[in-house]
Amino acid sequence: MSFRIDQLPKKKYVVPGNAACAGCGMMIGLKILGMALGEEAVLTIPASCASVVQGLSPKSGVAMPILNVPFASAAAVATGIAEAYRSLGIKGHAVVWAGDGGTSDIGFATLSGAAERNSNIIYIMYDNEAYMNTGIQRSSSTPLAAWTTTTPMGKRERKKDVALLMAMHGVPYVATASIAYPHDFYRKLKRAAEVQGFKFIHLHTPCPPGWRFDPAKTVEVARLAVETGVWILWEYDHGHFRLNPPSTVYADRAKRRPLVEYLKLQGRFAHVTEEQVKALEEDVEARWRSILALAKAFPQS
Amino acid sequence: MKALATQKTALTGNYAVAYAVKMAKPHVIAAYPITPQTSIVEKLSEFVERGELNARFVNVESEFAAMSVVYGAAMAGARAFTATSSHGLLYMYEATWWTALSRAPVVMTVVTRTIGPPWNIHVEHNDILVLRDTGWLIAMAETVQEVLDLTIQAFRIAETAVLPTAVGLDGFVLSHSTEPVELPPQELVDKFLPPRRPDVPLLLRPGEAVTFGNLSSDNRDHARHKIATVYTAQREAKKIVSQVDEEYGRLTGRRYGGLVEWYKAGDAKNVVVCMGAWCSDAKQAVESLRRRGISIGLMRVRFLRPFPEEEVAKLDQYERVIVYDRDITPLGGVLGTEIKAHLSRAEVVNIVAGIAGVDFDAQNFYETIQKALDGSYGEVEFVV
Repeated sequence: MSFRIDQLPKKKYVVPGNAACAGCGMMIGLKILGMALGEEAVLTIPASCASVVQGLSPKSGVAMPILNVPFASAAAVATGIAEAYRSLGIKGHAVVWAGDGGTSDIGFATLSGAAERNSNIIYIMYDNEAYMNTGIQRSSSTPLAAWTTTTPMGKRERKKDVALLMAMHGVPYVATASIAYPHDFYRKLKRAAEVQGFKFIHLHTPCPPGWRFDPAKTVEVARLAVETGVWILWEYDHGHFRLNPPSTVYADRAKRRPLVEYLKLQGRFAHVTEEQVKALEEDVEARWRSILALAKAFPQS
Repeated sequence: MKALATQKTALTGNYAVAYAVKMAKPHVIAAYPITPQTSIVEKLSEFVERGELNARFVNVESEFAAMSVVYGAAMAGARAFTATSSHGLLYMYEATWWTALSRAPVVMTVVTRTIGPPWNIHVEHNDILVLRDTGWLIAMAETVQEVLDLTIQAFRIAETAVLPTAVGLDGFVLSHSTEPVELPPQELVDKFLPPRRPDVPLLLRPGEAVTFGNLSSDNRDHARHKIATVYTAQREAKKIVSQVDEEYGRLTGRRYGGLVEWYKAGDAKNVVVCMGAWCSDAKQAVESLRRRGISIGLMRVRFLRPFPEEEVAKLDQYERVIVYDRDITPLGGVLGTEIKAHLSRAEVVNIVAGIAGVDFDAQNFYETIQKALDGSYGEVEFVV
């Protein structure tokens, strides 16, 4: 699928006056979601940054239908919307737009339940790698060694790989994406919209205040995550598992940029020792080993 | 309409719920199994599988998800139903507040059961009463026939009042006991229960940019929303409950008195107040006591929410009011506490009995009413 971004729909779904922080990665993602699914999507948003940055009711900074719901309930509420539409004969996509805490921690049971019964929803986890809405507390999606207010010495555990867990549910479609690669995210959203059943997209969305970097560098940080191999772009489509460009190139460790380039831009890794960098490099390598093994184990396409 | 053939049959309370829900033609049902509710959703899933009920049946991983699914469905314009008991209701508690404050007209059956520890599957009313401050309407049935009728009424009430509605039936006492019942003809239920309006409380549709539930620009707006939802809407629902019961009575010949049912209370000096299945036992005791020349009647609370204030105020004209609770709070029972708060003249005795499923029959009512009238009980009396 080839297209030019300047030829995408011009309608703005993320409008001026919303309450997002400067350089918010999540809002870039939301903008691409609007381009891909705008007139077809009904959003369910659990407690998260996304429930705040819409702006204050009765106004809204996001021009899409949105139902804000309790933290753990999003996948189930979206299931209800999807089932209602099916019963009433209404066309549209029930989309969950949820953070990493709402997805990988408190909402994991409803997420896994919706996946297992193959509910016809598109679940997007925007991953800023901590509870940013409450002020930077660790989630199970926070990376190893990262500082948060509840891991003041750096997180001791590795990041939970939610996308892999979802693929292992055997659902029709799972993908990872990054706001630095809008073409790739857009294409994956369009693919998700074609597929019947449960779809999950794990979107990497850097957070300037939470990760402690200059708000002008959001896209650069997101891109470095992919170029250093920290974030791997792949998709699992009806049993086919494949790497997506540009990550395809970084299967070769020698092609990746040094991890420190990614770390040094972010205040949350400012304290890391050489030993911790080694541990992080080993963690990145371990992830690549499992992804490549899966790509080999499952048919490519 | 009464000329239409009604079907006489025998059903358990749980199957009566299932048949009533089937006749209400919901679009979406979501539920999780829990004793003693389970046979409701088993029967409903059977109806759906056999094609007798054209609804989407969603098997969920928890009661929290069940309430969340029916919430989403109702906000998208569907008629939605779930059922639960005890711990299941506690587990969905957060979502029940969200449902009420969103004005999602969900109908839920609560087969009342004891909350642990220790584990206990028998009847108690504390579970359904956790809904009392949420904005949900709360009804309790006395017989299997009323379970059926009240469930059909609940859809009409919920969708007219735009408030979620819970129908309680006593665990095992009603849920698993078989009684003869009359099933109203489908045509009659169709006439009584028009299709749900999908635009109330809002139209959640692709391409329509509405948001619900985000932060308010003014906390006063939020406060007004909450007062309107929890307080004003409850008051307005009182009239709706009575009207719906009357209309149902005209169509089926069965009306129950609206918010409360008065039983031989007109000429009585003293009155018993209770709710749920054991009201039948209490009525039997009232009969026996009256035969012995004791001046006593009964008020059965059908709806605890909306609270029947006007009817409760009438209790002040009796010498003694004896309130029975199958639930416990640090102040006594819920019904006893709420009724006392509304009365100034009558002497109120609150008897907490039958909790944890302890048997409490007509003879127990007979004896305890006598003691309450003798003045041998304090303000709150526990009977085990």
